Amino acid sequence: MSEAVLSPVAETPVSREESAAISPRRLIWLRFRRHRLAYASGIFLLLLYIVSGFCEFVSPYGTTTRNDDAINAPPMSVHFFDAEGNFHLRPFVYAYRMEVNEDTWMREYSEDTTRMFPIRFFARGESYEMWNLFESDVHLFTTDEGGYIHLFGTDQLGRDMFSRVFYGGRISLSIGLVGVVLTIVLGILLGGIAGYLGGIADRVVNKAIEVLTCLPALPLWMALSAALPVHWSPLLVYFGISIILSLFGWTGLARQVRGRFLSLREEEFVMAARLIGADTPRVIRKHMLPSFSSHIIATATLAVPGMILGETALSFLGIGLRPPVVSWGVLMFQAQNPLVIEMTPWQMLPGLFVVLAVMAFNLLGDGLRDAADPYSTAGAK
Amino acid sequence: MRSYLLSRLLGMIPTLAVISVIIFVVIQLPPGDIVTSMLDRLQAQGVDTTEEYVQNLRAQYNLDKPMVLQYFYWAGNLLTGDMGYSHLYSRPVNDLLWERLGYTLSITVSALFFTWLVALPIGIYSAIRQYSIGDYILTTIALVGLATPPFLVALVFMHIGFDWFGVSTGGLFSPEYEDAPWSWARIADLLAHIWLPMIIIGLGSAAFTMRILRANLLDELNKPYVVTARAKGVGHAKLIIKYPVRIAINPFISTIGFVLPSLISGEAIVSLVMGLPTIGPLLLQALLNQDMFLAGSLLMWLAILTVVGILLSDILLAWIDPRIRFE
Repeated sequence: MSEAVLSPVAETPVSREESAAISPRRLIWLRFRRHRLAYASGIFLLLLYIVSGFCEFVSPYGTTTRNDDAINAPPMSVHFFDAEGNFHLRPFVYAYRMEVNEDTWMREYSEDTTRMFPIRFFARGESYEMWNLFESDVHLFTTDEGGYIHLFGTDQLGRDMFSRVFYGGRISLSIGLVGVVLTIVLGILLGGIAGYLGGIADRVVNKAIEVLTCLPALPLWMALSAALPVHWSPLLVYFGISIILSLFGWTGLARQVRGRFLSLREEEFVMAARLIGADTPRVIRKHMLPSFSSHIIATATLAVPGMILGETALSFLGIGLRPPVVSWGVLMFQAQNPLVIEMTPWQMLPGLFVVLAVMAFNLLGDGLRDAADPYSTAGAK
Repeated sequence: MRSYLLSRLLGMIPTLAVISVIIFVVIQLPPGDIVTSMLDRLQAQGVDTTEEYVQNLRAQYNLDKPMVLQYFYWAGNLLTGDMGYSHLYSRPVNDLLWERLGYTLSITVSALFFTWLVALPIGIYSAIRQYSIGDYILTTIALVGLATPPFLVALVFMHIGFDWFGVSTGGLFSPEYEDAPWSWARIADLLAHIWLPMIIIGLGSAAFTMRILRANLLDELNKPYVVTARAKGVGHAKLIIKYPVRIAINPFISTIGFVLPSLISGEAIVSLVMGLPTIGPLLLQALLNQDMFLAGSLLMWLAILTVVGILLSDILLAWIDPRIRFE
């Protein structure tokens, strides 16, 4: 046993004596740190959540601000050297020069090297209301009055894609978390009931899990979200969608919780707690749950991608969130037409963010799952 | 084997019953019912309706009866093969369904085979060449494939098709075969179009299955029986194929339960993007127009497809692995 305890920290700069006193939580952390890809994914996600959380400040414009000089304009590139080759310490962008192609009647944009807009950091721009709490007009970056900056280009109404992507990220990323919290509640409740009580309760929950896992999720999600009343406010629809997503997502977690309960029920420490006179809720809360909470976190992390993909798919079909709400799925809805993608490929950028976020969650979840059991050697590679 | 088959077949009945209840509840959720949406349609056309007519209509659809009875009428009709009438398309649901179910089935099944065809060699290669450059590249592709929603893949493929080949890659048929009667030429045309949706839908599942195969094979490769076989001088390729792969391949079949529902989900949304004549787009239209008879039947049939597919996979697994059928 002592070998197994020590092996995960063998490569970390912790001596033998110290490691004996390390708490399980610290062991998990040390073990997780060694999964470099998972660790990097975690940091990437943290950054993404921070940026989306502060999207009013990070993005130069609001979601509905239109720039009539830039309709369907491509992403701008940031320059340090101007057209004459002079170096500028302050990065700048060039204005768009728009021409209408005589053959296709499409707007075509190029850089107008005679007009440059220096990028100002922490400068004043469009005013916004931060988290509906206080007003401000300081942005992470913007240009001087009269200039504009569109790092990810603009859409067909001249709205800044960069701003819209991060505003959308706030909705899409948080709907995953809200959905997962509901999933955890449902999963622990139902899995716990099944595993702890056994008997008929176990069989009913098991049947429910079996039925739900063999149903194709998307068609049912479609049916449920089409049933959301049209007159609902965006906030209600938001919670409606997260409830719908978690209604089918709890099965994996419940199955795991059930298995843990079944095996823990027979353990000596649970028996001991019960003999001392602890009642059932206390045994579950104080003795059983802590021993597999790390597994719950890992499984929950692996459930987030499904939620994000679900929201994206539903909104993409036009039956999830709807404009004026901006989410990655809503943004992709605009890019449904192959012709739109052909003319303005940068409208696919929200999709890239979906892929990155989902990939990071998958990697993070894999790493957490391996680290969740610090006393095993199975995950240590 | 026979008793196993029988118990599995009987076990399917309660599953389908529960599913039908769920679906019935789901299609009852939207406000209003089939008659109110029919009346809306009639009113939009300027047709006046009498109270008596409405009552008759409600009686005709059993809407005047309690909910539980309504369910039994609906389920009973499903059992006898009468799925009602789609007022959206003014046609019996049966006709609409049979037109499209075949395409859904063939795309999903071919995507499943594509999944295996791709996952098997890549999974084996990645496992026996663990941590090689090829392994890293393939695992990375699998990670991306796992994270990319099918509709995004479809959009990218259509973009590429449009950009590089100047063709629009939607649909299952060339225009000249769209309404033509079945012939060998039409089947060939179908095969020439079906491979793209097949790849798009199968990509995610292929990545998933490949990762599982790789992990399983890695566990098997270090087992004593492999070492024994190697020590006895069995050739490398023969050894891998003959022993560890045969064991590691079991999850191929046992994960059908996960893979098939996700394939059907993927098929629904990819069909919408690519304009394929399958159940997915029909379902979306039915839901948007609250044609709940149609939506309910479509959902039910998608569920039946999945349940039967999982049943087949269980039987296949029991046939391959005797330990399961004697449990």
